Amino acid sequence: MVQRKGSTRVSEDAEELVRVPLQAILLADSFAQKFRPITLERPKVLLPLVNVPMIDYTLAWLESAGIEEVFVFCCAHSKQVINYLENSHWVSLPHFEVTTIESHNSVSAGDALRLIYERHVIHGDFVLITGDTVSNMSLTQALQEHKDRRKKDNNAVMTMVIKRSKPSPITHQSRLGTDELFMAIDPHTKQLLYYEDKADHLKGTLSLEKMLLADNPSISLHNDKQDCYIDICSPEVLSIFTDNFDYQHLRRHFIKGLLVDDIMGYKIFTHEIHSNYAARIDNFRSYDTISKDIIQRWTYPLVPDVQFLGNCAAKLERQGMYRALDIGQSRSAQIGPFSIIGNGTNIGDNTKISNSVIGERCTIGSNVSIEGSYIWDNVTIEDGCVLKHAIVCNDVIMKSGAVLEPGVILSFKVVIGQEFVVPAYSKVSLLQQPTKQDSDEELEYADHNSGVEEIPSITSTVDKLNGVLTCKLPETEAWSTSEVGSGGVGYIWSICEGGHEEEWRHSVAPTPADKLTEVMQATDDDLELTTQGSNVLLPSGELVPDSNSNISEDDDNEDSRDDSVYFEKEVEATFLRAVHENVKEDHVILEVNSLRLSYNMTSADCAGALFYSVMKLALETPCNSNSELLKNVASVITRWQKLIKSYLQSMDEEIEVILKFEEMCLESAKEFSALFAQILHILYEKDILQEDAILKWASEKEGAEESDRVFVKQSEKFIQWLNEASEEED
Amino acid sequence: MDFQVVVLAGGTSKKLVPLVSKEVPKALLPVANRPVLSYVLELLEHSNLKDLIVVVEGQDAALRVGGWISGAYVDRLHVEVAAVPEDVGTAGALRAIAHHLTANDILVVSGDLVCDVSPGAVAAAHRRHGAAVTAMLCSVPVSGPLESGSSSGKDKTKKPGCCNIIGLDPTKQFLLYIATGPEIERDIRVQKSILRAVGQMEIRADLMDAHLYAFKRAVLQEVLDQKDAFQSLQQDVLPYLVRSQLRSELSLNGAPHTEENGHDKVVPGINQVMLSQLLAKTSTPSFHELYAMGPNGSAPVRRTHKCCVYIASQDKYCARLNSIQAFSDINRDVIGEASHLSGYSFSAQNNIIHPSAELGSKTTVGQNCMLGEGSQLGDKCSVKRSVIGRHCRIGSNVKVVNSVVMNHVTISDGCSIQGSVICSNAQLQERVVLKDCQVGAGFVVTSGSEYKGEFLAKKER
Repeated sequence: MVQRKGSTRVSEDAEELVRVPLQAILLADSFAQKFRPITLERPKVLLPLVNVPMIDYTLAWLESAGIEEVFVFCCAHSKQVINYLENSHWVSLPHFEVTTIESHNSVSAGDALRLIYERHVIHGDFVLITGDTVSNMSLTQALQEHKDRRKKDNNAVMTMVIKRSKPSPITHQSRLGTDELFMAIDPHTKQLLYYEDKADHLKGTLSLEKMLLADNPSISLHNDKQDCYIDICSPEVLSIFTDNFDYQHLRRHFIKGLLVDDIMGYKIFTHEIHSNYAARIDNFRSYDTISKDIIQRWTYPLVPDVQFLGNCAAKLERQGMYRALDIGQSRSAQIGPFSIIGNGTNIGDNTKISNSVIGERCTIGSNVSIEGSYIWDNVTIEDGCVLKHAIVCNDVIMKSGAVLEPGVILSFKVVIGQEFVVPAYSKVSLLQQPTKQDSDEELEYADHNSGVEEIPSITSTVDKLNGVLTCKLPETEAWSTSEVGSGGVGYIWSICEGGHEEEWRHSVAPTPADKLTEVMQATDDDLELTTQGSNVLLPSGELVPDSNSNISEDDDNEDSRDDSVYFEKEVEATFLRAVHENVKEDHVILEVNSLRLSYNMTSADCAGALFYSVMKLALETPCNSNSELLKNVASVITRWQKLIKSYLQSMDEEIEVILKFEEMCLESAKEFSALFAQILHILYEKDILQEDAILKWASEKEGAEESDRVFVKQSEKFIQWLNEASEEED
Repeated sequence: MDFQVVVLAGGTSKKLVPLVSKEVPKALLPVANRPVLSYVLELLEHSNLKDLIVVVEGQDAALRVGGWISGAYVDRLHVEVAAVPEDVGTAGALRAIAHHLTANDILVVSGDLVCDVSPGAVAAAHRRHGAAVTAMLCSVPVSGPLESGSSSGKDKTKKPGCCNIIGLDPTKQFLLYIATGPEIERDIRVQKSILRAVGQMEIRADLMDAHLYAFKRAVLQEVLDQKDAFQSLQQDVLPYLVRSQLRSELSLNGAPHTEENGHDKVVPGINQVMLSQLLAKTSTPSFHELYAMGPNGSAPVRRTHKCCVYIASQDKYCARLNSIQAFSDINRDVIGEASHLSGYSFSAQNNIIHPSAELGSKTTVGQNCMLGEGSQLGDKCSVKRSVIGRHCRIGSNVKVVNSVVMNHVTISDGCSIQGSVICSNAQLQERVVLKDCQVGAGFVVTSGSEYKGEFLAKKER
């Protein structure tokens, strides 16, 4: 036995020589804006989760899992993160080295990894994790699996940790509030074959390449797994990111990139954990869920009454109640189950607290009701306030009688006026909602970036920041009383983009019942839609199953029709972004070109789709009369003339534009139908359409049915004029 | 009457020309000197399913099949033979005989199935789940230690993607997706709604639809009535039922319930059974029931039906005689590895030689061979892994390897036959060499000719 051990030792020696300490990359930036407005003032990783900053959970886990060297990548609020770490216990631990890497211009995880690659600090397999992950899993087995696979196959570059968690059948969200995830995994090798997290809800089917089955006799499709965002990576991962400079997002680009174009043959594997805990705080919903998991001790030993580094002692009492040693609690106050009260907090008479986390040094008055809420440090809640499923940041003052409806977020130092009712799902901050200006970023990640961009502190104006954000701190006396009640301080952010409709999905508050039924109704409708679609799609069904070839053609047609609808939508979205964010035309062209490639469209399709978007923009500009509409059209076309023109290489595309315009007039934008001839004239004047194209279109329509010739007739005069003009030229 | 069995015996399949003819419809093709249909009939008889409707395409074929059945099974089975027009498809055939169907559940079996999986087990699985349809799946035969003779075409058929692509739930009881491999262009499209409801789906390419289904009669009739374009059970009806299982368009869900409820009131005994069934169900509700439930676990708001599978275990034999290749394979298997199916008892040499067969001197008949009644072999012949039918006359110095020789075939001296099928009444003159050929009924191969991989049949066809 001893002998054998010795002999294997020798063979491993070569490996031993290059052995490097087990490393980890911790991204202390989520490159997302889901925790706004809180993250405008403090980085997400420093936000308290059950009274301990999130990053401490991650670091504590890394340390316990045997990681020896951690590189903390800081981007947004990097100074705060670095300061925090320097003053923490983490820097003084033996066998655990924490190094920070600072960057100011990384806008994505991809950028971060590219930067780390350039530093040449990673020498072996490493754990890639974000600073908002809570876990108690043991890495040994996953690491071993990863290493064994690597020995057999050098292309196995990544092992990703997954956990069972079935999304809600109604909202299609996991309990962490993330979108449902579809994965295909080889049940034997555990290789990941398919990954779709931003599920396209419009598509009722999942398309797997048939070739997958040629290699694997069986595949498991999963909708019941959750991605823990803990990845064990080989050093190649960094170089893959460097080679593919367009990879930004770890999942959307990297994973999908490796899975879809397997040119390089890299493989990703999964490791499923069963009894251990691992979850990432992605949004407010997961903040709520994970907090509860911690209080209910699923994350043991990372629980409030165990002193892992950085937290202070609390005592576990019956019913899952944790109380710090030094609190002042009135006898008549009722503290319900699954709550935690921080050090130095005072609670007044007849106050009821349940399922909530109260931070340190808070003052809570009498007759307050707190349910399912997260109160951070130094918060003052005066008498008679009611809080339900809210997050209240440091130094907030709630004047007596104020009410927080479910889902409210109060950012730092906000003051809520007396008796004021903050409506559900509102986000209140001292900072005004940033309005994006002159974003010269050509990538969509620009938005992700701007959210967590350095905003050093609330007192400094943010004008330095490339003009990406404009936030100013107004004079205190300028606070309007209307916004958060008399004596209140703060702005209620208007809900943008996702819209109010979707706000409940990611909120701390549980999903309201009426939403559930609403969504359920919607899914039922969806279901009918998709199944109708699939009836046509599947090579059988109502179609005459006589000739197989016919059916497959139909299948294709349906498919391409689908695709062209999506394509049009995407082009429109791109164009609108260009309009609203002042994106340069060249960039729009680039984006449209890439869309064209990915949807396999012709340039005529691009021209049609772009023209459609432009006209739609003109239509949406408010106007009172036809002449005003015409003016709008003229101005919009002048503005985007160059863009459209760049897709009109030949007559075919121009004709496509005319046909598209006709179609619009008939279907989606009947407002234009009266102005057809005039707009045609504008298009001609602006050089978008050549006379040849118009004449050809007219002559093509010659033989068409009467109904099809309405617009030709309308523009008869113009065409005649063109005809004469060309004759004159001759 | 519990289960009614429909055997779809087909007609004269074009795929099997020149083996089939007007005289020999597909159902009567010999497998180890017995019509292939007899395997299904005996299988059913074993499961005590004796009430059968045999559906044959074409009047002539029906007459022949009927004649044979009445001769062979006169006092063992209660068989009705129904003729349907040719090319109506399997669904069309069922539609044509729908008025004969009266039992609650219908077992539909393809007449070309040669297997030893008990249909009773399929029926039981069907009943247990109260499924709308239950399909039997068997594993695709892995190319085992096949001996030399297997032709090159063999490997092709075994490639994945050529058989079915099947999606199963983790318990392997429910059918969630089914498609025929070659029909899929590029992508396998899986409905998300089903995947959501189940959570996990296993997609397999190593299973084959054995064409043995149990249907609820009401479901079958409703689908056949409503979707008159459906022609094939396997390609239209089953996929339709599978993909609509979570938003059932069938009215049956209401109907049988009330039916059963009616039963309950009449017979209190059954009530007990129903209750226990219900209890059993509530303990582990299937995803169908969970899905059907309202948001608060209230009464079902969605209509669903279940599509179940019965997966035959690996060691069972299961094959369908649907190609010439399959014909040769099955013949070889039935006297070889799956010899228990043949129903004969093998000799010590592991072959079957009918007592009335005559063998010349120095003639050897190897393992896994069969020699039919009254056949004669000349001197110095060698027969290996082959089936020789009744009343064949085989000259001297003839080699027959890996082949099937049907009845009344004359093979003259010095012929060599490898991997071929010789149909009844064919004649091979002297020194014919055949490799991987099919010789049609009554065809005469002139002396000295050599063929490789060809169909030899009378021109008129």
